[in-house]
Amino acid sequence: MAYAFDFSSVLEYREALVDGTLKTLGLTAIGAVFGLAIGILGAVSRAWKLAPFDRIFAVYVELIRNTPFLVQLFFIFFGLPSLGVQINEWQAAILAMVINLGAYSTEIIRAGIEATPKGQIEAAQSLAMTRAQLFRHVVLPPALLKVWPSLCSQVVIVMLGSSVCSQIAAEELTFAANFIQSRNFRAFETYFVVTGMYFLLALAVRQVMIQAGQRLIARRAK
Amino acid sequence: MNDISTWDIARNLLDGALWTIGLSLTAFILGGLAGLVVLFARIAKSPLPRRLAQGYIEIFQGTPLLMQLFIIFFGGSLIGLEISPWIAAALGLTLFTSAYLGEIWRGCVEAVSKGQWEASASLAMTHVEQMRHVILPQALRIAIAPTVGFSVQVVKGTAVTSIIGFVELTKTGSMLANATYQPFLVFGLVALGYFALCYPLSAYSRILERKIHGSRAH
Repeated sequence: MAYAFDFSSVLEYREALVDGTLKTLGLTAIGAVFGLAIGILGAVSRAWKLAPFDRIFAVYVELIRNTPFLVQLFFIFFGLPSLGVQINEWQAAILAMVINLGAYSTEIIRAGIEATPKGQIEAAQSLAMTRAQLFRHVVLPPALLKVWPSLCSQVVIVMLGSSVCSQIAAEELTFAANFIQSRNFRAFETYFVVTGMYFLLALAVRQVMIQAGQRLIARRAK
Repeated sequence: MNDISTWDIARNLLDGALWTIGLSLTAFILGGLAGLVVLFARIAKSPLPRRLAQGYIEIFQGTPLLMQLFIIFFGGSLIGLEISPWIAAALGLTLFTSAYLGEIWRGCVEAVSKGQWEASASLAMTHVEQMRHVILPQALRIAIAPTVGFSVQVVKGTAVTSIIGFVELTKTGSMLANATYQPFLVFGLVALGYFALCYPLSAYSRILERKIHGSRAH
């Protein structure tokens, strides 16, 4: 007997889907803002060899990039409380996202900073700019602009990766999917719909990031 | 009550790590073969296979690996196949790997300079001969570093298969953490295990990259 697909049983739970979507987006937004902030700090420390931060960031980047996000999440959520740090599922999820994206964006932004033409730095120095001014006005905007497409991709990857946060009971989109299929017993349909939603979210997040890049950086980089 | 020693933890984690390695190798080898198919479809002359390959790549790069695994796991039972976590994990990661490698390799083929195509065309080579003798050997050289780099993503991706019940390093860690109440130690060791697998690959990929850029400068 052929299996009768029933997608309407998924849509009955649209409130849970919308709620999960908003939480996934919120998680991604917070992760992106703070992750990129760490990335900028890390990148300048690494590119300009600001001791001892360059070493610290080098170790941090290697540790994070060579371990799975899921294990980082488990380490934070299950491991930290045993050291006496009380942390709930959302704090753990946000912390893991920020730490993870921070490491990747450090490497990405560093490549942009290192590609700054020497003449521009010399020109800025001849205008008696301080190092902080030089970084803020001359180095950072074009560096970010150059690597913005890679940063957009990385944020999308982190957003998709956040689906494993369901494993520590953070009630994001995948958690909603797990909940729905436990109620309607339509696992395939539920995961199919939610996968489609992730696909659209990925497109949307990328578009928003590209627009944000145009608005925030492109003007300053000129 | 706590009669699981640190030594027991380490030994069990090593067992789990072997499954992680096995799954990584399976996915990487099968995914590489399937990735070749994706590559040739992606750079085909006619638009239909190109479109199909592009859609395939976009689907796998635009959705979470966890969802891909769930769909395979639950989709199999719909068509009457009892899919074990091992099969679902291997199949899911293979497809995931093939999409990424296909796209990485396409970039490498396109990185071979246009003059190489023109020169070989002027020698009256057919498209297949051009590919075989001129383009692919050069693309292969460019492809080694990013391919090794991507293998790190495959190893890390295997961790997600723990969620559909495949017992590898992460799943073993979860079970041990529950049994011993020592999550900090256990997940620290799990992370160390992944690091030991991934760091050499990352470092090797960087060395390869430097070599290629070095030789190109001459």
